[in-house]
Amino acid sequence: MSSGLALISIFVLAVFVGFEVVSKVSSTLHTPLMSGANAIHGVILVGAIIVASHSDNTLQLTLSLLAIVLATINMVGGFVVTDRMLEMFKVKKKPASSDTSGEVK
Amino acid sequence: MSRDLYDLIGLVAAICFILALKGLSHPKTARRGNLIGAAGATIATLVVFFYGDQLPLKNLPLILGAIVVGLVIGVPAARKVQLTQMPQLVALFNGVGGGAAALVAIVEYLKLGEEAAEKAGAIGAAVLIATIFTVVVGTTSFTGSIVTFLKLQELMTTRPVIFPGGRFVIAGNLVAILVCSGWVYSAADTTSVMVLMGLSALFGILFVLPVGGADVPIVISLLNAFTGLTVAASGYVLEATLLIVAGTLVGASGTILTRLMAEAMGRSLFGTLFGAFTATATAAGTADTRPVKSGSAEDVAILLNYARRVVIVPGFGLAVAQAQHTVRELADLLTAKGIDVAYGIHPVAGRMPGHMNVLLAEANVPYDQLVEMDEINPTFPQTDVSIVIGANDVVNPAAKTTPGCPIYGMPILDVQQSGNIIFLKRSMRPGFAGIENELLYDPKTTLLFGDAKASLTKVVSALKSL
Repeated sequence: MSSGLALISIFVLAVFVGFEVVSKVSSTLHTPLMSGANAIHGVILVGAIIVASHSDNTLQLTLSLLAIVLATINMVGGFVVTDRMLEMFKVKKKPASSDTSGEVK
Repeated sequence: MSRDLYDLIGLVAAICFILALKGLSHPKTARRGNLIGAAGATIATLVVFFYGDQLPLKNLPLILGAIVVGLVIGVPAARKVQLTQMPQLVALFNGVGGGAAALVAIVEYLKLGEEAAEKAGAIGAAVLIATIFTVVVGTTSFTGSIVTFLKLQELMTTRPVIFPGGRFVIAGNLVAILVCSGWVYSAADTTSVMVLMGLSALFGILFVLPVGGADVPIVISLLNAFTGLTVAASGYVLEATLLIVAGTLVGASGTILTRLMAEAMGRSLFGTLFGAFTATATAAGTADTRPVKSGSAEDVAILLNYARRVVIVPGFGLAVAQAQHTVRELADLLTAKGIDVAYGIHPVAGRMPGHMNVLLAEANVPYDQLVEMDEINPTFPQTDVSIVIGANDVVNPAAKTTPGCPIYGMPILDVQQSGNIIFLKRSMRPGFAGIENELLYDPKTTLLFGDAKASLTKVVSALKSL
């Protein structure tokens, strides 16, 4: 299999995994999930580092360093902000003290 | 480091990302999922520094310096942002990610052009197409996200911006992008790719402008999926498998998520994106001079005091006024009087799905008092008083009764079925979607004007003195 075709195979398989992984999500989690996925695509940082390390003139270097800054913001900021959103799930659900709170009397 | 080891570690990172998305889909595992994702990203970033023809990497100090700059900007922004402003921060983060992908593609394109000139060989067609795709979509995502940021931050109007001939301008813009892509494909020079970038930037702006405020979260989610795909395309150009997997995962899951969000709001995706072009003048914005019934904090306190069941409907206005603590105080007071209190949470209360849950959790509102729309709606006929705090669109009956209005079809909280309705509002200004709310003129409705926090504080003290 040529390397181009191998890459395309990986792409197609990843599409199916991506569809499958988030098929059922409660609306409470839509925002954190979007934010988490947003942080994951910050991995473009890897690409930015690769091109920066191959740059041999000022224009290329400037653009790729700018890309590193932006990608770092995307990745690190994304994970931090997602974690803050998810702090709510840290709060332990108190066992409702056997009264009828939240029910219709 | 051998290529095999490098790829193997890349595989580990890819698995982390899959587990992260899976974890983020369930409340119990969400936090851990996010941490796994962060671990994967860290591994992936570290390993690049140990693989290459030339070690340490060329330009290493500059690269590390740029990362530090990114950290210094990104971490405090994420830590300090008010919970109310989270959606726009996510939009910004998404935008800069798209911008980064576009820049990477441009640098790679310039380099490929040089190499091709030196060796007098041609650049592979697939690589060129992937590069052009990344530049176009990445830049679109960048400027589009900036516009969504401006809308959410209310630095510009939250209403759809439509101008005469808009659809022709967009169509023309798209044609120009296609033509310019052909130019980039054949010329392989700096000018052509810069022009392409400019045209794509314009497209991002034109694409988001006509989207109405309430639909902005859906657009952010869509742009997020776009950015994922550009990362995947960069991965193809750079032959970096991990980028392909990570980018595609985000692209695919983001597309599903966008659809789920649109469904939760009762919108079709197509309608959201192109509704503003097809819809003619809506009934929105008719200045109304009908009388409304406004009351004092004491009136509201009396209504509440003799209720048996109260449902609190929080909206974005509550968050803006930072009133979540006061509202909890009110709820505690009512509970102490033996009144049944529940919070009715609309799926898109706040600015994004799940936003309101985050805000109320911050004020330590017990999780089991937060009732989702489908569960609370059947209980409104038995509810004596509904207090709508800084919410409007999510209780607007126009969503059911007025075909053609921008929120038509969105499921709403049926507060009009409860015995009394109290609206805490700053003014008669319509909600985020910019639609008049009939419920404000309903005889069962009492309005209490003013800042939500100040009003609630007055109600609480009035209630205490009863």
